[in-house]
Amino acid sequence: MLLIKNGRVVDPAGRTDAALDVLLDGERIAQVSANVSAPGAEIFDAKGLVVAPGFIDLHCHLREPGQELSETIETGTRAAARGGFTAVCCMPNTQPVNDSASVTRGIVERAAAGSVRVWPIGAASLGSKGEALAEIASMKDAGIVAVSDDGKPIATARLMRQVMDYCRALDLPVIDHCEDPTLIAGGVMREGPTSVKLGLKGIPAQSETICAGRDVELAALTGARFHIAHMSTLGSLEYVRFAKRAGMRVTCEVTPHHFTLTDEDVHYNTNYKMNPPLASRADREALIQGLADGSVDAIATDHAPHHPASKDVEFDRAPFGVMGFETALGLGLSELVRPGKISLMRLVELFTTGPARVLGLERKIEAGEPADLTIFSTEHEWTYRAAESPSKSRNTPFDGRAFRGAAMATIVGGRVVYRRQAAASAS
Amino acid sequence: MLDRLQHLLGIEGLTREQITFILDQSKPFQEFQRHPLKKLATLRGKTVALAFFEPSTRTRISFATAAARLGADTMNLQAESSSLKKGESLLDTVRTLEAMRPDGIVIRHSSSGAPQFVAERLEIPVLNAGDGAHEHPTQGLLDALTIRDRKGKLDGWNVTILGDILHSRVARSNMHLLGKFGAKFTLCGPAMWVPRELECLAPNVRRVARIEEALDGADIVMVLRVQTERIHEPALAAEEYILQYQLTEERLQLARPDALVLHPGPIIRGLEIDSVVADGPQSGILEQVTNGLAVRMALLYHLVGGAPADAPHPAKERSNAAD
Repeated sequence: MLLIKNGRVVDPAGRTDAALDVLLDGERIAQVSANVSAPGAEIFDAKGLVVAPGFIDLHCHLREPGQELSETIETGTRAAARGGFTAVCCMPNTQPVNDSASVTRGIVERAAAGSVRVWPIGAASLGSKGEALAEIASMKDAGIVAVSDDGKPIATARLMRQVMDYCRALDLPVIDHCEDPTLIAGGVMREGPTSVKLGLKGIPAQSETICAGRDVELAALTGARFHIAHMSTLGSLEYVRFAKRAGMRVTCEVTPHHFTLTDEDVHYNTNYKMNPPLASRADREALIQGLADGSVDAIATDHAPHHPASKDVEFDRAPFGVMGFETALGLGLSELVRPGKISLMRLVELFTTGPARVLGLERKIEAGEPADLTIFSTEHEWTYRAAESPSKSRNTPFDGRAFRGAAMATIVGGRVVYRRQAAASAS
Repeated sequence: MLDRLQHLLGIEGLTREQITFILDQSKPFQEFQRHPLKKLATLRGKTVALAFFEPSTRTRISFATAAARLGADTMNLQAESSSLKKGESLLDTVRTLEAMRPDGIVIRHSSSGAPQFVAERLEIPVLNAGDGAHEHPTQGLLDALTIRDRKGKLDGWNVTILGDILHSRVARSNMHLLGKFGAKFTLCGPAMWVPRELECLAPNVRRVARIEEALDGADIVMVLRVQTERIHEPALAAEEYILQYQLTEERLQLARPDALVLHPGPIIRGLEIDSVVADGPQSGILEQVTNGLAVRMALLYHLVGGAPADAPHPAKERSNAAD
């Protein structure tokens, strides 16, 4: 038994924000109320800390199987635990691609030794090649929570329609990396004044928006649950708003780097290169507005580790992607909550009940629920050092950044899988 | 002024004073090119690495000649024959060069930002000889020297740039440079190569669709090469380009009578420029080439030689000695 005492429970499911104790018994929550006493229970003093439902990351790359130089399930989930995540959804663009039940089972088996829960996302098409449907129903039996050909868009409207039809019947969300490849045409950053000044090939915002529009139309046609991955433009957001108003089951996520940085920050630094690329200031403002007004359902990291040597190259030759687990909460606090853009409750929602709903799950701090909790401080001051990350990669634009607020303990199934040393805190 | 300049990565970060200083320092080297014995001992014992990761003839020869005339030795790396073909990374290649202890490195690369990437990782001065579609700072400086010579000053000209501006590092360096000297720019070319964002490169930029309108009142006309190797989108038919955008003698009449015509080379006669114009009295094309030597000598002298800004000029000393 573990008794979390003196904490401030923030639970978006019941709009709870109160001083409550939480008693965990094995893998479940046993009791939530003021002044719980449980003789013999181990005590976790959460004084001054927020006790939230366990954070869920809808979008990450754990690189296993096949790209273990960059990350493994073991190292990636340790980094996730440090960021406060209790469950992470790993994209299928591994080697081999997670497009069959056997690959899914391999990931699930390996994940048993990981620090946090791993919920695999299956490929939509075989090999994510955009030709034939992957073994979606079999993968669902093996444990996938959604399908996506992330890294590339689902190539044609015809295939997307088939995927959506098939997944509607299976009640699986379809996640698309929205992008019109013919408009990207070798682009490496968002098209705009900065790309023109730097002489880097630009990717127009419309390459995302056109595909988002197509997919929303197909979601209307099929009635499927459709989710836009790492949404980065106002245009896509408007399609989501349209779909939500129409009562469609359309959702979307935004990454911390897209609500924190813009294309103006690039300066040929490959740690600022990801796809979709950093957006314009206006798009960033729109995304923050969407996070605030409820149009955006989740913050997802798109944690995309790349081996250091692969990023230590010319900008246009570097792979797309940046790490994200360990800095997501700190950026949410510093970029969204502290400037007054959103409430703390809303931030917690974007990390917990929001992503849970996308997956058709509930997330709440209540007796009988799984004992997955994220305990964080809004005040703890620390500096992110990529070199100290448990991840195998170092590709972050936030190395050396000072943060206020951090996950202090991550609890998965009643087990404390990460605890931050408070000694480092500037008290 | 130039003492604080460790590398030459682009024109964008230079001040008016730094640019003027470089041009002033180039001046005696210009005279020097006419001397029968074109060899100084100024950089004797120094080595300049010429790392050309992208094919180049004129810029490479110009830098090599500039180094030779200053007395420096050169190490040559050419894309076609280098270990890059064997998959070596840029970082490993330049570190290997650096291990041979050159005193400076001149880099040409097809990736925008590659010289900055190298400068952040090596201890020696880096001179950008053209990076992707980003900058070609020595071209900007030699164009400025040509303009200052032919027009008497650098400030306040109406500058018309013709062609594929989006993919042109020459256009960017020139816009950064002349923009600091109050130029009014008129950009003209096929619209997909002249995006609105180019207006952010300098304070006073307009875009026009018709070459006739673009040339009206121009003091300087810069003709760009059509960069077929950098164009990913379907290319324009050559006939359409010639008909709509070629700088002809007739069209040049619309510019100021004393307008100066520049082209960074290599020119494709009969495509972007008519031979009569290229070889005509208003053309500064061959002076640009000679001035390129002078500018590159000045830069190597200061960046590789580490000469203080107020040191007596080596080419002047030499002329005095010869008198």
